[in-house]
Formats: sequence, C-alpha cells, structure tokens
Amino acid sequence: MSTLQMERRDFLRLSVGSGGGLLIGLCVPGASKLAVAEERSESAFMPNAFLRIGTDERVTVIVNHSEMGQGVYTALPMLLADELDADWSKVGYESAPVDPKYNHPVFGMQVTGGSSSVWSGFEQYRNAGAAARTMLIAAAAQRWNTDPATLRTESGAVLDSTNRKLSYGQLAEAAAKMSPPANVTLKDSKAFKLIGTPVKRLDTPEKINGKAVFGIDVKNPGMLTAVVARAPVFGAKVKSFDDSRARTMPGVRKIVAVPSGVALIADSFWQAKVARDALRIDWDEGEMRAFSTSQMMQQFREQAKSPGTSVRRDGDPDAALSQAAQKIEAVYEVPYLSHLMMEPLNCAIDLRSDSCEIWTGTQFQTVDRAAAAKAAGLPAEKIQIHTTFLGGGFGRRATPQSDFVVEAVHVAKAAGAAVKVVWTREDDMQGGWYRPAFLHAIVGGVDASGNPVIWRSRLVGQSIMAGTPFEGMMKGKKYDPASVEGVDDLPYEIPNMAVESHNAQVGVPVQWWRSVGHSHTGFATECFIDELAALAHKDPYQFRRALLTKHPRHLAVLDLAAEKAGWGKPLPEGRGRGLAVHFAFGSYNAQVAEVSVTDGKVRVHRIVSAVDCGRYVNPGIIAAQLEGGAIFAASAALFQELTFENGRLQQTNFHTFPVMRMNECPEIETHIAESNEKSGGIGEPGVPCTAPAIANAVFAATGKRIRKLPIRMTEAA
Amino acid sequence: MISFSVNRQHVNLDIDPSTPLLWALRDHLGLTGTKYGCGMAQCGACTVHLNGEAIRSCVASVSRAEGKEVTTIEGLSPDLSHPLQRAWLAEDVPQCGYCQSGQLMSAAVLLRDKSRPSDEDIDEAMAGNICRCGTYPRIRKAIHRAAAMMSTGGAK
Repeated sequence: MSTLQMERRDFLRLSVGSGGGLLIGLCVPGASKLAVAEERSESAFMPNAFLRIGTDERVTVIVNHSEMGQGVYTALPMLLADELDADWSKVGYESAPVDPKYNHPVFGMQVTGGSSSVWSGFEQYRNAGAAARTMLIAAAAQRWNTDPATLRTESGAVLDSTNRKLSYGQLAEAAAKMSPPANVTLKDSKAFKLIGTPVKRLDTPEKINGKAVFGIDVKNPGMLTAVVARAPVFGAKVKSFDDSRARTMPGVRKIVAVPSGVALIADSFWQAKVARDALRIDWDEGEMRAFSTSQMMQQFREQAKSPGTSVRRDGDPDAALSQAAQKIEAVYEVPYLSHLMMEPLNCAIDLRSDSCEIWTGTQFQTVDRAAAAKAAGLPAEKIQIHTTFLGGGFGRRATPQSDFVVEAVHVAKAAGAAVKVVWTREDDMQGGWYRPAFLHAIVGGVDASGNPVIWRSRLVGQSIMAGTPFEGMMKGKKYDPASVEGVDDLPYEIPNMAVESHNAQVGVPVQWWRSVGHSHTGFATECFIDELAALAHKDPYQFRRALLTKHPRHLAVLDLAAEKAGWGKPLPEGRGRGLAVHFAFGSYNAQVAEVSVTDGKVRVHRIVSAVDCGRYVNPGIIAAQLEGGAIFAASAALFQELTFENGRLQQTNFHTFPVMRMNECPEIETHIAESNEKSGGIGEPGVPCTAPAIANAVFAATGKRIRKLPIRMTEAA
Repeated sequence: MISFSVNRQHVNLDIDPSTPLLWALRDHLGLTGTKYGCGMAQCGACTVHLNGEAIRSCVASVSRAEGKEVTTIEGLSPDLSHPLQRAWLAEDVPQCGYCQSGQLMSAAVLLRDKSRPSDEDIDEAMAGNICRCGTYPRIRKAIHRAAAMMSTGGAK
C-alpha cells in the first residue's frame, strides 16, 4: 500500500504505439509536470499500412521492425518521408501491430534480424510514401480543378505553378477519398533530401527524459508482477517445492508450478523476488547435471581430428597439404556468450478467455504470436502483440521457441490477472539461448615463394537451426549454414581449400548472437590468414591484398581502413597494429586495431573501421552501429566467457561476465565507402573484424598468437 | 511510513523499508525512467541523485531516502533543456536508450563538480555506467559539449 501526497493527482495515458489504438492507463500520481501525455495523432489519411497523416499535419510512420537501438524508427521513416516530401519536423513513428501486412518482404514473417531492416524496407517504405504523395496531389488537383501533372510537392505541402499551397494536413481528408495509384515512380537518387544524410534520430528525446516505454516499464491496470524460479541445470524438472515461508510473505498472491519452474506472483517485483529467495525447490536435474564446458571443449578437440561434413572443397586439398613447402596448424576456440541486453527479458500479458494481449520487446512477432496462441489455446488472430522499445536485442529477443513469451502465457493462466514476468539479471544470463561455443581447427600451407596453396578449416560446434522450426533453412544440408557462414565463402584466392563441419550435440540452448556464425568465423579466419602471412614473412596487409584481387569491395574497405589507420607508420613503443576484413550480411567491413599489453593486460587504444554497405540511408546511424559493433565485439574478445561446471553456469551478472566500460573504451574512427550497390546490413557487419584485429595487433605488439577468446596472455601461443 | 521528496514533490510510502529505492520509484511511484539492470551496483542503469549525490538505487533501501531529496531522470529537466540533454541530442547519443537515464544522472553530478572535466575525469565518473550498445564515444563527446555550453553561460 502506498499513500501519496502530491500537489495533484493525475492519470497519464501513455501510448505504447499500438496500431490498434490502445492506450495504457498508467497511474502516475503527481507526475504531470514531469511527463507529457502523448495522444495518438489524428488519422485523417491512412493510404496504406505504413502511414497516417492527420489534419494536425502529423505524419506517423508505422514501423514493422523493432527498435532495439539500431535506428529503424528513424531510418525507415526517412525512406517514406523522402518520397512523400514530408516536413521532417512533423514526422513521428509508431510500432506496427502483428499482422501479415507487416511481414518482412523476404523472410515472410514479422521479424527484426539478419541486419535486414533497411534493405528490406528500402522499396517498401519509399513506395508507401510515393503512393501517398500521389493521392495528396490528386486531392489538391481536384480542389483546384487542375491537372495533377502541373503540381509539385515540397516540405509537407502541394504547390501549383503560382506557388498556391495546400498542406498535407489540409488535404488529408480529401486525399483519403482518392484511389491509391496502381504504380508509382520513385525519385531519382539525386533528388533525395533525407536519404543519405545524417538526420538526427527521432527517438532521442524520449530516451533522455525517462519517457520511452520499454517492456519492463509496462504497467496495466490491476497488473501483478511475477518472477520465475527456473531450472539450475538445463532440462531439470521440478520434483517438489516448499513454499511454506514464501506464501506468507507480504504481497505474494500465488505460487505455482509452470513448465519452466515455479512462478511467484506478487503485487510488485521486489515482493516477488524476495519471496522467491525463500522458496525451496527439489529438482530432478536430468542429463545435464554433470555437464562441464572444459570437458566439452576437450571433446570438440577430439572431434576436430576426424573429417566433418564437407561444406566446400576446391582443388585437391589433401595432395596440396602433402606438397606444401611450409605448413602451419592452429586451433581457435571461442566460448558460449550471453547477449546480455541491458534490459533483462520481460513480458506483460493480459490473458482473457477469448483473447490475449502481450506487451514486450520482441524481435519475432509472428513466431511469438503463434507460440503464444498455442500456449493460450486461442486462435492466433486473437493474440495482439504490442512491441515496446527493446533495451537491446542482439538476437536474444528472436527466439524460435519464444521462451519468454510462452512462459509468460503459462504464468498468466495461473495468475488469473494481468501479469508481467520480469527476469532478474541472473535469470537472464542463466536462461540459455547463447552464442554457441566453437572450435576451428585450421591447417594451411604456402609454396616456396610464400604463396598460400592450401587451407583446410574444420569447425566443431552446435547448430542454431537444427531442431527448431527454422531447420528448413538448412535446406537439406547436413550442416548448419549459420555455423559456417563467413568461412564457406572465404574470399582469399587459395587453389586448394576444404571447409568441414561437425555438428556437436550438446544440451545447451543456443541462438543467433549479433553477427551469428560470423562472430567466430571472422575471428578464426582473419587470425589464421595473419598466421599464414607470418609464415610467408609478408606484411599482413599486403599479403591479404594479393589474395583479394578478384574482390574489389573487400579490397576497397581494406585499403580505406589501412590508409586511415596509418598502416605501416611508426607507433609508440609497445604498441602494435592488427587488421581484419570480412563480408557479412551484405556489407564489407575492415578494421585496424591498435593495442598495447602491460602486465598481461590488453589495452585497445584505437579502432579504425571502414564499411561498404552499399547505398546507405543515414550515415550518422551507420557510424553509431560501427562504433557499437566494435565495442560489443571488443567486450567479448577481452572479457566474456560463459562456463559450466556440474551443469551450472558459473557466471551470474556483470561482475563475472564483464562489459567494456568507458575507461576501457578505445577511440573509434569510422569511415563509409561511397557505393551504389544494393544496400547491405549494418547492425551486425561491424562485429566480426574486431576480435581478429585486436588479436593480430597483440601479435604485432608482443609476438604472441591469440587463438582463444576471451584473450588471456597466459594462454597465448 | 517513509517520507522523502522526489523531483521536488513530497511523497509518503507505506512499504517495506528494505525495498530498494529503485523498486519504490518504479513500482510504487510509477517513475519508470530509472532502470533495473543488475541489482548489485554493477551497471549504473538505476543511478539517481540522493541529496545531490549519484547513487545506485538498486542497492539503496528506500529507508535511506527518509527526509531526503531524490532526483530521477524525470526531474532532470521538464523540457529537455538541461545542457546534458541538449548535448545528448546534438551528438545523437542513445541507441537502445535503456542505460541513458543512468548515464545522464552520473554525468550531471560530474558536471556540477567539475565544470570542464578532462577525459580522465569522465573515465572516473562514468566507469560505473555500462552501455551495451557502445555509446561511450558519443557520451564522452556530449559531456565535453555540455561542459562547453555551460561555461559559455548555457548558450543555446
């Protein structure tokens, strides 16, 4: 119970951006001075699923991708607004409801992933804007009784040859009566006003005054909060539990077994959490009770000694290996990793007998809706999902099994009231769906002149796709493309090449983690090419250049990064430079890292990152993604590792799974190569090069090879 | 009953005094701008001011606020006019935005104590605030920009 004595009481109505027009009544007594109630803009003109124009001049763009920091609430509205000739100061955003009309045009479902939002929306959003513009012109032509061809648009208005003007707001109601055009002509790129410019993000204001609503902030009338005591070991089941103390604790409403564990449902988060601490659960720990990652890696090393499923085979690798003048073998290992979004998982549910509403930060609306429908026993169309802001995603919030949504449905069934399931940081870290641990055993050789003649990579690790509804994406292959991406298309011109894959069977749930397979293939391949260069006594930059003559876009970003980083120029004593180049998600990235090593501790001083992501929309956001991608990857390279002993994860929170901090952050410089090629991705392509660039720089500084992440100088070769 | 002020408004809360201030703000006062990230003073997402000092509200019991003044992100400025907010806009700092309330509240205390902080001062004051999206380079620039604005009399 709380009593409040405020200057005044007020009920704020906060829009969470639902296309269904739903407003959440959030009781914030006395907060009227601090937050401004947001009402939905008028919607006089809704020419298509992506746009509303009000008589108040507001242009609301409905965004079918989730905003998790990557800037889609700005970039996609830019595409539409440019073709619409909207007044940018009047443009806002709203998250799309779950509906097939918001499906990803290539993936066929509503999903945010694969660094695909901008390229997949590039035509979709421009078409939507252009169609609306045509209808607004038609409305003005009718009003003025003139030929539409004589009219033009500018900054949110239609003008005639005498500069007579009607604003889009003034035309909205009339435009709504026009028929949508069968075809639209898109602008020539020379006519773009917004596309290609560093427009400031639209969502910054509400992210710096506390107003932005993330899933964890959702509060519905009468809503309870739940935490779940989940299995300490993957696959463990509840045998029995003793809640005699917990159920007498203040605020506790219900304690019930759910498929994932035991749910504590209380009036507030803290009451639920404290009660959970008082709960005693006896678990049947199952097959994973003795699992250890050190044993698993030992098994991976053994597995790598035998040939795996062939992924790629060029020339005659076996003969080339026996004939090579010099050979080198290296084993690279990377650990399980947590996505570790700043906002731990959560999901708010209002489950009624005939319908269900869900509020959460998800990357996977279509899949979540189907899974929630099944768990709730309702038809999919009775499930509404309101996508809030995501406090980071990095792949974790696109779970093929919809774990955090399905669990919340089960909790809601038990609660018999609106409920929000909140995960603690520990719950989030221990909840699985990690970047899989991987081992790359690589053998390579050069001829007498130092030219590489053979490369053989053998990978061992868990498949992300196998056993999920996405197994179809393996297209009948005996290997998972997501395991080998980035090594299966290794661009270096080496006549004899073999790539083989072993699918490890381990009971740890794994998932896509920012840059997926590239997060480890980039590391292993770009470190090994450096080792080959050293074997050939060649400069690692020139060595790569000579092998990339047929790959001009790789070469261009490599040259750009090397030039901007001052490759070859003298460095202060004790520092070293390393580089890497990699293609992922339609974009080319090269990075040069500058490091020093003191008392076994690696300090990254500077990273220069150059990208060719084709035609781009917002260079400011691209720079931010390259900065963020490098820091995300550097955190993993320097600090992060998940390990298991006796089936239990050894890491729990930021102190045991550290993230790079301000005082550790290098200076980061970003460069974008001008390109007219098809747009590529940007959320993930900036990740793969960072770890190998740092590792190669450590070699340059110390002469020691890094073959295992996170970097520990005591383990360097 | 615990009595304190939040963003210059008096509040009385009748809740377990050991409840962390973070959850009192979020669940009992509806001030959800202050974020939960770790629950053990590791990440700084929950940073608020208690009598003007930056504290991690996830490990401070609400009873510590008794008779004191709490300022949260909602109270930093009502209209985005704080120099830090203006600098954050100019440098396009946030990505996902989840940690930014805490970043701003830590930076506000830094700028109050040091009108022209050095990079080392920024490292020291901001090392307790984790950003998973990697906005650190922009936070650094924005703090320098805000400091410059303030030293020129808050020029608009």
